[in-house]
Amino acid sequence: MAQHDSEHDIAAGSELDTVAERTVSAGTAVAVPSGAFENPGSPPDRIRATDLDPKKEKTAERRVGGLFLFSIAASIFAIVAYIIFPIVPGDLSSVRLNNLFLGLGISLALISIGLGSIYWAKNLMKDGEWEEHRHPTRGREETREAAAEVFRLGNEESGFGRRALIRRSLIGALVVSPLPAVVMFRDLAPAADPVALLKSTVWDKNVRLMRDPSNTPIKASDVTLGSVFHVIPETLANSEHYIEDKAKAAVLLMRLKPEDLHVSADRADWNYQGIVAYSKICTHVGCPVALAEQHTHHLLCPCHQSQFDISHEAKVIFGPAKRPLPQLPITVDSQGYLVARSDFHEPVGPSFWERS
Amino acid sequence: MRTKSSTDARRRQTGRRHPLASIALITIGLLSTGGAYALLTTTASAETTTATQQSISEGQKLFAANCATCHGMTAAGTEHGPSLYGVGAASVDFQMGTGRMPLAFQGPQGAQKPPQFTQQQIDDVAAYIASLAPGPGIPDEKWLTGDSNTALGGELFRVNCAMCHNVAGAGGALTEGKFAPALKGVEARHIYEAMVTGPQNMPVFSDTNLTPQDKADIISYLKFLDENESVGGYSLGSLGPVSEGLFIWIFGLGAIVGVTIWITARPN
Amino acid sequence: MTTAQETTTAPSRGSRFTSAAANYLDERTSISGITKELGRKIFPDHWSFMLGEVALYSFVAILLSGTFLTFFFEPTMTQVHYDGSYVPLKGIQMSAAYASTLDISFDIRGGLLMRQVHHWAALLFVAAIGLHMLRVFFNGSFRKPRELNWVIGFTLFILAMAEGFTGYSLPDDLLSGNGLRIIDGMVKGIPVIGTWISYLLFGGEFPGEVIVPRLYSLHILLVPAILVAALGLHLLLMVINKHTQYAGPGRTNENVVGVPIMPNFAAKAGGFFFVVFGVIVLISSFFTINPIWNYGPYDPSPISAGTQPDWYIGFLDGALRLVPPGLEFVLWGHTWSFNILIPMIVVGIFIVAVVLYPFLEAWITGDKREHHITERPRNAPTRTAIGAAGVTFYAVLWAAAASDILATHFHLTIEAVTHSLQALLIVGPIIAYFVAKRSCLALQKKDREIALHGYESGRMIRLPGGEYHEVHKELSDYERWRLVDYLDYKPLMVRPDARGRISPMQRVRAAFSRWFFEDRISPATRAELESGKEHH
Repeated sequence: MAQHDSEHDIAAGSELDTVAERTVSAGTAVAVPSGAFENPGSPPDRIRATDLDPKKEKTAERRVGGLFLFSIAASIFAIVAYIIFPIVPGDLSSVRLNNLFLGLGISLALISIGLGSIYWAKNLMKDGEWEEHRHPTRGREETREAAAEVFRLGNEESGFGRRALIRRSLIGALVVSPLPAVVMFRDLAPAADPVALLKSTVWDKNVRLMRDPSNTPIKASDVTLGSVFHVIPETLANSEHYIEDKAKAAVLLMRLKPEDLHVSADRADWNYQGIVAYSKICTHVGCPVALAEQHTHHLLCPCHQSQFDISHEAKVIFGPAKRPLPQLPITVDSQGYLVARSDFHEPVGPSFWERS
Repeated sequence: MRTKSSTDARRRQTGRRHPLASIALITIGLLSTGGAYALLTTTASAETTTATQQSISEGQKLFAANCATCHGMTAAGTEHGPSLYGVGAASVDFQMGTGRMPLAFQGPQGAQKPPQFTQQQIDDVAAYIASLAPGPGIPDEKWLTGDSNTALGGELFRVNCAMCHNVAGAGGALTEGKFAPALKGVEARHIYEAMVTGPQNMPVFSDTNLTPQDKADIISYLKFLDENESVGGYSLGSLGPVSEGLFIWIFGLGAIVGVTIWITARPN
Repeated sequence: MTTAQETTTAPSRGSRFTSAAANYLDERTSISGITKELGRKIFPDHWSFMLGEVALYSFVAILLSGTFLTFFFEPTMTQVHYDGSYVPLKGIQMSAAYASTLDISFDIRGGLLMRQVHHWAALLFVAAIGLHMLRVFFNGSFRKPRELNWVIGFTLFILAMAEGFTGYSLPDDLLSGNGLRIIDGMVKGIPVIGTWISYLLFGGEFPGEVIVPRLYSLHILLVPAILVAALGLHLLLMVINKHTQYAGPGRTNENVVGVPIMPNFAAKAGGFFFVVFGVIVLISSFFTINPIWNYGPYDPSPISAGTQPDWYIGFLDGALRLVPPGLEFVLWGHTWSFNILIPMIVVGIFIVAVVLYPFLEAWITGDKREHHITERPRNAPTRTAIGAAGVTFYAVLWAAAASDILATHFHLTIEAVTHSLQALLIVGPIIAYFVAKRSCLALQKKDREIALHGYESGRMIRLPGGEYHEVHKELSDYERWRLVDYLDYKPLMVRPDARGRISPMQRVRAAFSRWFFEDRISPATRAELESGKEHH
């Protein structure tokens, strides 16, 4: 009863009297065993060595003063260090020394002030324990009544409770007023629909595969067994959105022995003589899946350890990613350079709501 | 030579100052010993390239005694080890020179350890393997000097290497217990050979992928990282936020909690 | 404050200047009133009560160093060619944000120091908040009347993480760019609105050219403003509620025993500020943090092994790593990324459980009294066990964020580490719960034993009958009181309400209450002590 009703009491709020009655625990009972110990009261203050021995007190005083003086010296050292350990352009050890000695000076200056003050407080300031009475956090009854009265008067004088039209329309107005601010955030991004952008990359028919970062084209014969090329599209160099386009178009290129490569029927012409190209952007949350193992043909993402098997069309063999890495269909052009046959056949990178 | 010229400039400007002068001195010392070492290895590789018949037969004997168990008497490979036809002298020099071969035990990956053979013996085995079928040879000294473009090298390193070896060359994990080793202190020749041969599960970076000049740039970048200590102080293994987080919890917060206990302890 | 106080007490003492200055101030601000109220306020002295201070002081260090950094940092993604002193990046194209961060590190004296101070202090800030929260939790210091301050403190924790993450992203290096890439991927995984949130956040497609300036205004304006306001409220409520104290002789629920703010506490706390700041600077002069020059400018193609967030985001990253494979489906024509949603929901539930815990416990116990004596963790076994389970859950997620580094450093496979942590995420908290609960009860029993029979002195004597006996050193009343001053709760009784009915809710609550209080060891009593003495 008590504990269950109490919720209603609190909700009622203004009924101060009812709440006040529950000074005894509403819920849990506390077992007070008979013959419990009583609080023995504060123990006598302990006396410190510095309280008894004036010589020790003097030593302590000197120590505190000494620490503060040392702090001054350390601060000056920091200023001197700033000047005598300048940064010599191109010389990394000068940066190291500047950092080290400036920092050492400042930190010693700060720590000495700190230790000095604490030592002072511990050994020289009046020792002992003080007691302060606690008041219940809840306001006194008359205060609470006065506060309730303020609200009552406010309500009465304004007619907030009485005048429903004013009250409701004001609440409505306040609720609606932030909405323009929400709308205004629309132009955080351009007008174009993100979904269309996410579904395409700059790869296209006959776009050459180039080495990243040297931006040179790759002949099929360059791609020897066991090597891995980090690839960007030729058209990327002229892109208006270089870095956004690169974030979707980065590709990993490698050659596998025909017996290692398992190709499904609809992808028969996507590789060129065992050379395959896969998106480098993880289908989990988008890190570059760049760790390629030569003999296992596994790709590993260093962020969340998803693993993809290149010999089986980059299917996921471990980790949180679900989808295989998208494959870029490739062939060679008339000069023998590797080119894309088309864009990817699916969106690259992490999943998104509108993807499928 | 970018790094060196900056060292020279520094020496001229700050020659009279003690700490920098001593650092400069150490750098010069390192550079000169490195140079002397480079000269020595040049002669060694020159010998290998003009491999004598004697060297080849010495190598064959060493091979039969130490390698044939796994790689087969004719180096054609067995179920315990791959064929060595066409792997070239570079592969032998890397695998034996870094102590990875002979393997201590069959595991996910051969571990680096002190070399088991003298350079002469390694050269002999390399000559023998190179005589079986053509493959990548010992790299030319001119790519190994470590004085080409570190900026290009850094860019190439980040695109082609950092995903496994970490941007600071601290190494990283691969699948099923394999790992990309740390690159600190690895000899330029071995770095080059590793790129060209793709040891274990590392991909091959043939000259059609990264030109010898590209490789020289990457080596220069790694040398730069090796020769320049982390400017902000100890690098905590260059492992990134994990080591930083552990450090602040254990040593940073640990030290400060120690101080709080001192502050609230009653004095005598 | 001293000076103002002197005006109210003895203006004749001290220098003329201080009393005149105090008088000047008081006649314009009434500051004497505040000084009188607060100047001798008592603050209990215990090391664990200083953890919140660590957070506060690191925040001050962050503000100071951060302000220095704003003078040099250029928060734009305009592409420039680097021409500073770091040779291996010369001529490389990068954003002005990254270039200016390099300049701060390599071309401005003390710039690197301030960057490191800022970053180390940030890590310490969140760590200190975490430890402070654990202290408050395991002490039950969140109980009435401090539930709201728990919520405010929790908000500060979230804001601190937001500050950390926005700051981590500003240098626009490879590490922070890949961090944003992960955020983009996670946001896109949110059903219905994900694509659009990402699109609006990045001002177009990832990564765009606006994310750095946008995060910058959040990082230096909006979030810190809210943080400072919440911090003020947090401290204000602490002053109003007064600090809790441990049980001890002379300490009751109606008083607070400790040292006065002026001068003792002020000297200690003020000195402690300098120590904390000094330790941060010391760490920053000896240890590198976030060497952005190694990472290079952000480029969507490269990545570094060991790409991790700062430690406080680690539990989220770990949740992403531990999710079982294959959880992404196409349903009703839309993509449902449960491999992203499940980690977000699990972490979300965990966070909500943390913030709501005081209310949940209050509901279960039905306890509406004020509590100013902190409970020792052992004296609330169920709460301590829940806390231990929560800490274990968090720790496993956290460790998972370093699964690759665990694998390389302990010569394990990534797969084994992941699978073990997946199992541990479920089993670990259960084991921790029971171990913690049993340990608490064992400690309570030991306390009881000591309260009644004293400490084992280690001195053996041989009784006349040949029997060996260890002499126990009896406790003083003061020592004993620390061990016995805790409340022994009884589970809620199911009682019919006014209409003579027992609601189902009432039964649920009673069941929870039984679970919460089922195992309990009541404090030793004087009667037991005396009857024990008779036996000897």
